[in-house]
Amino acid sequence: MTVSVIRFGGSNCDRDAVRALAHLGVDADVVWHEDGLPADTDGVVVPGGFSYGDYLRAGAMAARSPIMAEIRDLADDGVPVLGVCNGAQIGCEAGLTPGAFTTNASARFQCEHVHLRVENADTPWTAAFDEGEVVEVPIAHGEGRFEIGSDAYDDLVADDRVLFRYCDADGEVTEAANPNGSTGAVAGLTGDRDTVAVMMPHPERATLPELGLTDGQGVLDAFA
Amino acid sequence: MTAYTATVTVRLKRGVLDPEAETTQQALERLGFELGDLRSADRFEIDLDADDETAATDRAGEMAERLLANPTIHDYDVAVETRE
Repeated sequence: MTVSVIRFGGSNCDRDAVRALAHLGVDADVVWHEDGLPADTDGVVVPGGFSYGDYLRAGAMAARSPIMAEIRDLADDGVPVLGVCNGAQIGCEAGLTPGAFTTNASARFQCEHVHLRVENADTPWTAAFDEGEVVEVPIAHGEGRFEIGSDAYDDLVADDRVLFRYCDADGEVTEAANPNGSTGAVAGLTGDRDTVAVMMPHPERATLPELGLTDGQGVLDAFA
Repeated sequence: MTAYTATVTVRLKRGVLDPEAETTQQALERLGFELGDLRSADRFEIDLDADDETAATDRAGEMAERLLANPTIHDYDVAVETRE
């Protein structure tokens, strides 16, 4: 599999994603968004960062760039697509996944380790885990509060499209364990197909053993 | 064609938490101001030429639909004036 990691002006987790994927034996390259997707792309990561300086809204500009139309076509064909952090904001803005990520309830940028409870282990992104398992990964965002209309949220839950919820170390979903005020403590979700996913926490920062945490490997295993 | 300025105001839907507005309100209160509530909004002023006011309003509305507002969290309104 050759994974294209999309670089916009302001992306800053692109090389981390390539390195994490390489550690898992996955062939991955950074692709400048204006160059379009290479023909042999059979996986896409939209990485974290601050594309277009977060102008207008985080992810709003990148979501409307031409390469996103190419990514949408691949996603419709079942090619795995993962948006992380700013990539998650872009994915929601582009309509790959429902809802929106907006300003943290704290109004602060938050950079910390969080625990996530695996809500649905029957997806490519969570197949390495068990349902209910607790994993630890970092977050680093100012606009990670998941917002969605109540009907759309009910549909999301009914369709089993929530991948992860923020929880405490024991797996309890509590207000105190929700770092940004996300609706339903949602930290990651899938699109119309479960091969498309977005998440605010950073699996690529929890993959290389020398960084201490390796739970992110299970997410990136979707590309292996 | 007539010259117009379309003003698009984008605000959070009622009920959507606005931490920036809350922080701003707290800062005003620290400065000694009395206030009940504070809501923030983004305002875009767009100069454009159109056949008539309806066409100008429609075009600015489409701009809001496709980029300026995010329908998940925002409401918007459009006001159009002729421009000298």
